[in-house]
Amino acid sequence: MVEINLEFSGGLELLFGDVKQHKVQVPAKDGAIQVLISDLLVWIRGNLLKERPEMFLKGDSVRPGILVLINDCDWELCGRLASPVEDGDTVVFISTLHGG
Amino acid sequence: MAVEGDAKNEAGAESERPAKRARFNWIGSESHGLDKPQVERYSRQLLVPAFGVAGQGTLCCASILVVGAGGLGSPVLLYLAAAGVGTLGIADDDVVEQSNLHRQVIHTEAAAEAGNPKTTSAKEACQRINSSIKVVEHRTRFTAANALDLVRPYDVIVDASDNVATRYVVNDACVVAGKPLVSGAALGMEGQLAVYHDRPGAPCYRCMFPVPPVGARRCADAGVLGVVPGIIGSLQALEAIKVATGIGEPLSARMLIFDALTTRLQTVKLRGRSATCAACGDQPTITAETLPSFDYAHFVSADTDPSPLPVLSAAESVSCAAYKARVVDAGRPHVVVDVREAHQFAIAALPGAISIPLKHLVNRIADVQAAVAEAAARCPAESAAPDVYVVCRRGNDSKIGTRLLRQKGIGNAFNLTGGVVAWADEIDPSFPTY
Repeated sequence: MVEINLEFSGGLELLFGDVKQHKVQVPAKDGAIQVLISDLLVWIRGNLLKERPEMFLKGDSVRPGILVLINDCDWELCGRLASPVEDGDTVVFISTLHGG
Repeated sequence: MAVEGDAKNEAGAESERPAKRARFNWIGSESHGLDKPQVERYSRQLLVPAFGVAGQGTLCCASILVVGAGGLGSPVLLYLAAAGVGTLGIADDDVVEQSNLHRQVIHTEAAAEAGNPKTTSAKEACQRINSSIKVVEHRTRFTAANALDLVRPYDVIVDASDNVATRYVVNDACVVAGKPLVSGAALGMEGQLAVYHDRPGAPCYRCMFPVPPVGARRCADAGVLGVVPGIIGSLQALEAIKVATGIGEPLSARMLIFDALTTRLQTVKLRGRSATCAACGDQPTITAETLPSFDYAHFVSADTDPSPLPVLSAAESVSCAAYKARVVDAGRPHVVVDVREAHQFAIAALPGAISIPLKHLVNRIADVQAAVAEAAARCPAESAAPDVYVVCRRGNDSKIGTRLLRQKGIGNAFNLTGGVVAWADEIDPSFPTY
């Protein structure tokens, strides 16, 4: 079980009851030691996502246009879906904006 | 500014300004290129050690293209003009409208009333602030066909556009033409900013978002508080000045995220250039040859909206005119279900309408049925059950609502075609559109 801070912004919060910040406890998969971002996505879908899952997820990853940040760092730099999350980590899901 | 000391006299500034390049009896200009009026106009910037005459001299020779003269472009253009950018390009094909004025602070009521092109309105404002710079109007949409010609004459490109397709075209043109890109976006109460492709190893916009998003929201739908693009645009002007003059550390391979509701400004670290990027990767497919014919409209819509609108039959829809004549004017008891979000319903609604936002409709069928029963009580005996008219802003969500109500057994639910916008256009000119 890891306790992490989740944030949704850029409009994604609308899929989560219009709440941007969530403190959550996420269990590791059976037999696993670590919680990976891929596990987190499954957990979010089952426990936090309130509506229109297709606006958040696509396949086993996030929908195009969503930037994932682990402790203020692009998840591309930390292993994407295989990146482990640890106690106290902050994971941000941000939908890119296009307005001007 | 009455008296600022006699320092200028010491520099011999009292001498007549020569009409053409002539000998100065002060030293400095030969290295930074600034003349006396420029020194005086930009003096407060020259006094900033990190910028100084070197920065100003470079800026006065620099050229910057701003794509979009809207909410972001307004502060970008005003600040860049005031700061003394030598050549300022403005690309936009839109005209000024009333609903622009709360955020597009470069434009005027007069321009909105006349429906003047944004480029013209913006150019006039820039030249009012600084008549010594060159401002070039590009009154055209930024497209694949003209993108390279538009960016090539400029040193730095600022993306202040408002849609996904343009963002990809601008990025790709910058990569192909080798230009740094200062990209900003704002919506609702949030803003984002990044500098792309400004140095080897830095990502471009396409490295970050190789696949375009679906269902991108626009200011015209999601709204935007005027000052939010004002802040992001001001930061874009700052980054453009830094990139153009080479001072400081531009927001490269980083992204700034602004949350206006909580006044939080975060900077996050982004990935580097992607070797597989179609634009800036090792084997790019977007090149000077392919870009002009790249179908951006298709590219950004290829991943279609996951929830397409239902197609209603003619019998399931009613025009505003028919509704007015056969229902309202005939005094027939009926129910109007407005499926817009509550904050939109609060702006203006049809008489008697009840507010049930679309996303709650499935759980509030009983409320619709109760309203139908209440209307039925007002009907003469033996008349048919009262009709239910579903309305939204433009007539799209109401199709979904109509289909849902019919599926839930309310067979006499009808879509009010065109929504309240059509109602205002066709029936009631006093009804405000937004």
